Amino acid sequence: MSALMAVAIGILFAASIYMMLRRSIVKLVMGLILLSNAANLVIFTSAGLTSGAPPLLDAATKQPPAGVADPLAQALILTAIVIAFGVLAFSVVLIHRANEVVQTDDLDQMKETDQ
Amino acid sequence: MNIAWIIVLPLLGVIAPLLANPTRRNQVAWITAVLPFAALLITLYHAPAILAGEVVQQTWYWIPQIGLTLSFRMDGLALLFTLLILGIGLLIILYARYYLSSKDPMGRFYSYLILFMAAMLGIVNSGNLLQMWAFWELTSISSFLLIGFWSSTGKARKGARMALTITGAGGLALLAGILLIGKVVGSLELEAVLNSGRLLVEHQWYPVILALVLIGAFTKSAQFPFHFWLPHAMSAPTPVSAYLHSATMVKAGIFLLARMFPVLSGHDAWFVTVSLVGLATLLLGAYTALFKHDLKGLLAYSTISHLGLITLLLGMGTELAAVAALFHIVNHAVFKASLFMGVGIIDHETGTRDMRQINGLFKYMPHTAVLCIVAALSMAGVPLLNGFLSKEMFFAETLEQSAIGALSWLIPLLATIAGALSVAYSLRFIHDVFFNGEPKGLKKTPHEPPRYMRIPVEVLVALCILVGIFPALLVGDLLKSAGVAVLGGTLPYIPLYIWHGFNLPLLMSALALAGGIGIYARRKVLFQFQSHFKEVDANERFDAWLYQVITFIRRIEALIDKRSLQYYLAWLSVALLILLAAPLLNLSLVGDNVVITPLTAEVWAGTALIAIAALATVVNNRRRLFAALLISIVGLGVSLAFARFSAPDLALTQISVEVITTILLLLALFFLPQTTPKESKPGRLLRDIGLAGIFGGIMATLTYAMLTRPIETISDYFLANSKTGGGGTNVVNVILVDFRGFDTFGEITVLGIAALGIYKLTAGMRLFLPATNEDGLPWSRDKYPLILKQVSQSILPLALLISAYIFLRGHNLPGGGFIAGLITAIAIVQQYIGHGNDWIQKRFYANYVGFIAAGLSIALLTGLGSWLWQKPFLTSWFDYFTWPVFGKFELASAMLFDLGVYLTVVGAAMLILAKLGQLTVVEPYSEKED
Repeated sequence: MSALMAVAIGILFAASIYMMLRRSIVKLVMGLILLSNAANLVIFTSAGLTSGAPPLLDAATKQPPAGVADPLAQALILTAIVIAFGVLAFSVVLIHRANEVVQTDDLDQMKETDQ
Repeated sequence: MNIAWIIVLPLLGVIAPLLANPTRRNQVAWITAVLPFAALLITLYHAPAILAGEVVQQTWYWIPQIGLTLSFRMDGLALLFTLLILGIGLLIILYARYYLSSKDPMGRFYSYLILFMAAMLGIVNSGNLLQMWAFWELTSISSFLLIGFWSSTGKARKGARMALTITGAGGLALLAGILLIGKVVGSLELEAVLNSGRLLVEHQWYPVILALVLIGAFTKSAQFPFHFWLPHAMSAPTPVSAYLHSATMVKAGIFLLARMFPVLSGHDAWFVTVSLVGLATLLLGAYTALFKHDLKGLLAYSTISHLGLITLLLGMGTELAAVAALFHIVNHAVFKASLFMGVGIIDHETGTRDMRQINGLFKYMPHTAVLCIVAALSMAGVPLLNGFLSKEMFFAETLEQSAIGALSWLIPLLATIAGALSVAYSLRFIHDVFFNGEPKGLKKTPHEPPRYMRIPVEVLVALCILVGIFPALLVGDLLKSAGVAVLGGTLPYIPLYIWHGFNLPLLMSALALAGGIGIYARRKVLFQFQSHFKEVDANERFDAWLYQVITFIRRIEALIDKRSLQYYLAWLSVALLILLAAPLLNLSLVGDNVVITPLTAEVWAGTALIAIAALATVVNNRRRLFAALLISIVGLGVSLAFARFSAPDLALTQISVEVITTILLLLALFFLPQTTPKESKPGRLLRDIGLAGIFGGIMATLTYAMLTRPIETISDYFLANSKTGGGGTNVVNVILVDFRGFDTFGEITVLGIAALGIYKLTAGMRLFLPATNEDGLPWSRDKYPLILKQVSQSILPLALLISAYIFLRGHNLPGGGFIAGLITAIAIVQQYIGHGNDWIQKRFYANYVGFIAAGLSIALLTGLGSWLWQKPFLTSWFDYFTWPVFGKFELASAMLFDLGVYLTVVGAAMLILAKLGQLTVVEPYSEKED
């Protein structure tokens, strides 16, 4: 299970880096989405893979059942997911604005904006 | 009263002049003066204790582990400077009221001036070196604004830029020096540094520290060879020159020398460097001042020369010399400020500052003339005036010198020559301006200035005379306490008398006086001689030098910067690879905590789904819509993984974000370019595949290595205290809104800022809907299908109800503000998709910016609320209540905080999507729908 997860994460990272290295803006944006998914999964697995034991306390004993998943990594990722959306939206608009100014979709052609 | 107010009050005062009615000039000046005056009163309140030898301190710890504190400290030296800064500053405020013309924006001027004043007060009263440095930089910045105040003139802009470049560069050197001091001493607290004894002097880094600190001090105090910025700073309005170049800006460097004197001065390197630089500056300034036709130019070089004198005194290293330096700091500030103000009056009344035109003014403005003459005589060092006393002490000290061995006799000789030159230029100022025939070619007939414009000059000139006659009475205690601060406890007897009997210093004074008169009488010969030298335009040289530096840097930059995002990204990935791979080389792939879990079908299927969808995205990257859908499959796969591995909150969040992201991506595809540029060359393709492959491989290795090792977690604390301390059984939610509430607050702030950024970026952006899609097919005429409309409308209440439910149960079961916010956003977006923007806006006015503001405010106020109960920011509270019908239920402040999160998420998501969606409704053909 661990190996399988590791391979999936590796593929996600490879795909995202490849997409981000393309010359097209659209692909850059897609690469960003893949990258944030990949990063979230790495953080998630860093706390171990727990099956069937969400970090919820027993209301009566006020204590967790044995072997529940690590809640800290989950809390970190939860906000990361939402922020990734905000940053993605911001970069999309920023890229669009840049595109509007230099009139090109080719990131290699985008170097001459300030001269 | 807390001494921090001495800095804080003027800092608050920066906005005061802007609040006043700009047309009521007296009102503006009064309002400006109130807070500095209050600061002066607080200083006077503390003065007796400090004069008695106490050190008043106030420290707030910020991050003490790395030496960051907010700390204020006032000793004798700081008191002396504080009195100068505030006293002369208040006089300048009064003077500037009459100096500025009605066209100048007075509020802005005062605002800059007070900012500068506060920064200076910060420098002298800081108890932490880093904090002092921050104020030091603030003086550079605020003096830039002041010098360039008349920014419409090129001279002002250039002068301001030069001053900022030189003092700013010096500031950086000083920062490096301070950090090294911190490393050596082990603390950046001034108290610790001053008590470190000979630690710094004996350290191997001493030469470097000394050089860096001295560069900072010399650039600020316009010491040779950095002196050239000061004359160009004269393009500032005269009140600024009077303030910056008498009591403040340039004295900051001197202050630094005096402050560091106890710990840096005990070494030959200090004596030689500081005294020689001071001597060179003294002579150069005095000589050049003689040839300046511009009154302010004369005063500028005279200032340079007197700063050189003070530096020389500090460099001599004897105790009495240091005291003499302190005394001359006060005297120079007093007579130079009054002279600058006098020159400002002359400029104001005659319209010029050229001494070849201004002559015989005594007849026209006798009152001002007397004031200026007295101040100038003090500058020349004539007996019965304050300048004479410190100059006598200076002469006496030069005789004690042995720093340059057998050649030490040169120092008193050169000092006498400098004294003579100083007498000569003072005499030129007096004789040329107030006597010497009639004015030539003036545009107006000069007369006395307004009554109140003279008052500041009168006060200062009175001080010149009073200090000159009763030195021990007026400044004796102040000098003693400042001397203790600089010398550290041991204080020599300070001979503050006018008459010391017939001795060598008196002879030197007499020689200087006679020599000065002689030089002035034969000035024609000197002017003739000087005319053989071409005058160097520092501005031109500086510009040329700056240009060279910039070209050089550009060339280096061109080598490493190809101005391509992909290029940066590729190098960033390579750097990251190296950093990640290096530790992996020494690591076994499999750790000692291998948990063999049976592979189940759904895990196989899920990971395969993620991997295949990701690869398919890459393969199909030229088919944009298809790729976008594949990406959403990846997101779905990830959310399934979260659900499978015990993270229901994450699964819910991920799936809702996935919906919103997909909508965002579709919108983005719409307005991002339809065409894809030509694919890269095979070589680059290969490079990218290689890079991506290695990157993925390393990340997979890292993940696997991590998964097979035992996990140490700090979560046990959260798990144990979630219910008892935070009142919730959903630990993830309790961490978000309680344990790590501050983080969450920061994160929703980021989200809000991103949304507002998009809001501003899209303002004024217009997008025209192309008539066809990328394949050349026309769009569907039926924009809002009836079924979609009906369905989306009817699920709205249901969706809102669910989001309310998810929100309310969040503290105890999977859910909470983030997820509920996302669900609400999806429900609203659904309406936009079903009905179009126009339809929504007609029925429902939503101010999404207001949502964000409300959300952040609620979260912030919840946090601040804990202060009411003397608890730290964001301490949560919860309790259980029983209502007749509902039964027992829980109320927690964390839920209020979660409401803030909810509102911010809804506002941000909707602001982003609605804004982007609205861009596309600008259509070439508009069609009214039913």
